[in-house]
Parts: sequence; structure tokens; C-alpha cells
Amino acid sequence: MDTQFIAKYIPLYVEAAKLTLRLGLLGILFSMIVGLACSLIQYYRIPVLRRVVAVYIELSRNTPLLVQLFFLYFGLPKLNIRLSSEACALIGLGFLGGSYMAESFRSGLESIDKIQEESGLSVGLTHIQVMRYVILPQALSVSIPGICANMIFLIKETSVFSVVALPDLMYVAKDLIGLYYKTDEALLILVIAYLVLLLPISIAASLLERRLRYAGFGN
Amino acid sequence: MNEKEILLEVRHLHKDYGNGPVLKDISLEVHKGEVVVIIGPSGCGKSTLLRCMNGLEPIQSGEILLDGKVITDSKTKWSEIRQKIGMVFQSYDLFPHMTVMDNILLGPMKAQGRAKKEVTQEAETLLSRVGLLEKRDAYPRQLSGGQKQRVAIVRALIMKPEIMLFDEVTAALDPEMVREVLDVMLELAREGSTMMIVTHEMQFARAVADRIVFLDEGLIAESDTPENFFTQPRTDRAKRFLNTFIFTK
Repeated sequence: MDTQFIAKYIPLYVEAAKLTLRLGLLGILFSMIVGLACSLIQYYRIPVLRRVVAVYIELSRNTPLLVQLFFLYFGLPKLNIRLSSEACALIGLGFLGGSYMAESFRSGLESIDKIQEESGLSVGLTHIQVMRYVILPQALSVSIPGICANMIFLIKETSVFSVVALPDLMYVAKDLIGLYYKTDEALLILVIAYLVLLLPISIAASLLERRLRYAGFGN
Repeated sequence: MNEKEILLEVRHLHKDYGNGPVLKDISLEVHKGEVVVIIGPSGCGKSTLLRCMNGLEPIQSGEILLDGKVITDSKTKWSEIRQKIGMVFQSYDLFPHMTVMDNILLGPMKAQGRAKKEVTQEAETLLSRVGLLEKRDAYPRQLSGGQKQRVAIVRALIMKPEIMLFDEVTAALDPEMVREVLDVMLELAREGSTMMIVTHEMQFARAVADRIVFLDEGLIAESDTPENFFTQPRTDRAKRFLNTFIFTK
């Protein structure tokens, strides 16, 4: 094991980790917005749109991110739509994550009894207020474990970003292996780098889940 | 008995869930300060009638008027009407993620835009009237069924509704908790609140009602004072219904 090599190239990994984390978090935010919107469309059974959402969810969940990125990066330019690498990565992650988040939000929304909506309405709240103050807060606490699992999944999925020429962690490792044949060292740092990124998120998520479970304001 | 002004009026109401009519041609008036108790066998449409009055069920024809204004046309802003028509449901329907106080404050603050300080004081007064002031910071899961139902009544009362609808509010309670809820309702009746109550508690119905409306198969079979209805019901259907509450060895 070449410790000098490791020490020398750790800064490269740090830069790459920043990129991975930045794109990962933005992608997660994007997925959550898409997911919430889709789940609300399904919850309120909005005609036409709910069919579109259903097709989107199937399409997104049943194609690999790698293929989705290829489509965005190599396919769209044929239609004269050119996106930057980062834009492709974010749209790809949002497209993939949106459907997973939608399913998590939906399971939460569906777990809330109809009478909750009616009692909200009966004290004069509008439908939007009922959603905002009565249904969403309860639904979210049910959805949190799923959402946390999706977050970790999406950050791991960023490892295919190198195909659209983004210098993420995977890209740096492959680059170093190609240049110096230091496979063991490059991969060791890669594993550690992902663990450093994901373990804290994982631990925070399980703490949050436990707190929600014990707070258990349900009947 | 009541020559006072009409607060709520139902005219020729028809309601159909799609598999036959539930309510057929219901017409009734509720005067200001009157307590109308609706009784009848299961599935006769009692709860549906109350839910129509609060806009929770669409109706097929007929109309409902509040203070002389039609509230069943498409222009109705139900969020405003529901502030005037309070409703308490059968199941314990408090918001489980909020404390008792927050449950009560949500409507006045968000729907009516009232100041927190002012409503909090009112909420405290109402809570102490139903004997639950010390539970103001408790969560619904920490309360008994009867306590939850009393909080639900306060949550409806704080909106200062013109009429209160009670939909079998004691039907899901343990027997020993029924009394505490009924006492609160009796107290409201004594103060002159206008109420429509759906209940299976016949003793209570007799004590609280100014008028009994007996519904059967989606129609008003009888509408009379409690004295007349319970001692000399006119229809066979009502006689048979009342007999189911009498036990002899």
C-alpha cells in the first residue's frame, strides 16, 4: 500500500467529494419537489395529470440512471438541445429520485385517515390549509424513513455521473487507476470517501426515525 | 313552541350515493336557539343529513339555507360557511400531531385570522368549562375518548358557530365516558345554543331536545316535541323503533 500516493491524492478526492455532495444534495432537493408535486397530484386524483405522473413514475423507476444520463447527454443534442454536464446530472438525478420520493410521500399521505381532512374542513380551513397544517405534517412523519433511504440511494447513484464527464469521486478514482495503476489505493480512498459522506447521513436518519417513532403522537 | 327566526332551513333535499337514494325529499327548519334531535334506525340517513349541511356531501337536488341565504349552490365558499356551522364527529378526530391547545387554536387563527393571545384566553375559558384546562398541553393520545370528544366540542365552539351539529358523538365512547360528553351538550342547550344532534341515547334525546325528528328510510316520518314523540308516537315505524329500547323480563 502506497501511503505517499494516498496522502498526495487525497485533496483530489476532497474536491470530488464536494462535487458529489453538492450535486447529490441539489438532486435530492429537486427530487423532493418533483416527488411532492407528483404525490399531491395522485392524492387529489387530478384528471389527466395523474396519468402523466403514473407513466413518469414507471418510466423513471424502470430505467437505470446511466441510461437516463446517456439520453440527456448524448440523445438530446441530436434534437439540438444541449445541456451542460451538471445540468444533465441534476435533471437525471431529479428525474430518477422524483419517482422514488413520490412513492414515499404517497404512502405517507395515504396513511392519513379521511376524517382528518373532514375535521380540518369543519373548522373552516380551506383545502390548502388542511393539507398544510393537518395532513402533510402527519404524512411526513410516516414518509421520513422512506425519504431518508431515498436520499442515501440518490447520493450513491451519483457514482455514474462520470459518464457525463463530471469529476465526481468515481471519476477521480478511475482517472488515477488509469494514470498510475494504483488500483488498491485509489479504490480504498474511494470506499472511504463514500463512507465519510454517507455514514453521517445514515446515522442522522436513523436518529430522526427513532425520535419520530418515540414521539409517536398517533392515537 | 318556537316562533323565533329560522336559522337553518332544508328544502326538498335529495341525496344519493349512486346506489339508491339515502335522503328523499327532506324539508325541515331549525330556529334560533332550538335543539333538534334526529333519531332513527341505522342507515336511515341521519349522519348523511348532517354531513350535507356542512358541505361534506354533495346533494343531488333541493337546497339548504343558512340565515335565509342558499348555501348549496356552486358559488358557496364552504370554508366560510363552516365557520358558522360547527361540527363534531363520531370518531375521535383531533389532530394527533398537535397539543390540545393547538388543536383548538388552528381554526380561529388560520381560518379566521384572529390574534393568538385573544383566542388563547377564550380557549382557556372554554377548556375550563369542560373541565380540561390542565390538559391544554397534552397530546390527543394522552386523553381518554370522552376527554377527546370534549376537546373536539371546544374546537368547534371557539369558532363561535351559529349552529352546532353533533354526529353520534358518544357512539364510539366507553359507556362511563358518555355522560361527561352529554353533560357538556346539555349545558350548551341550556345556554340557548342552536344545535342539531344525531344520537342513539334516547334518555338524553328526551332531556335535551326541543323537537325530535324521526327519520326512516330517507324520509322524515315524524317531527314532534319529545313529550309527544316518546309517549305517543304516531307512526308504526316509530313505535317499533322505540320498542327496541324497552326491555322487560
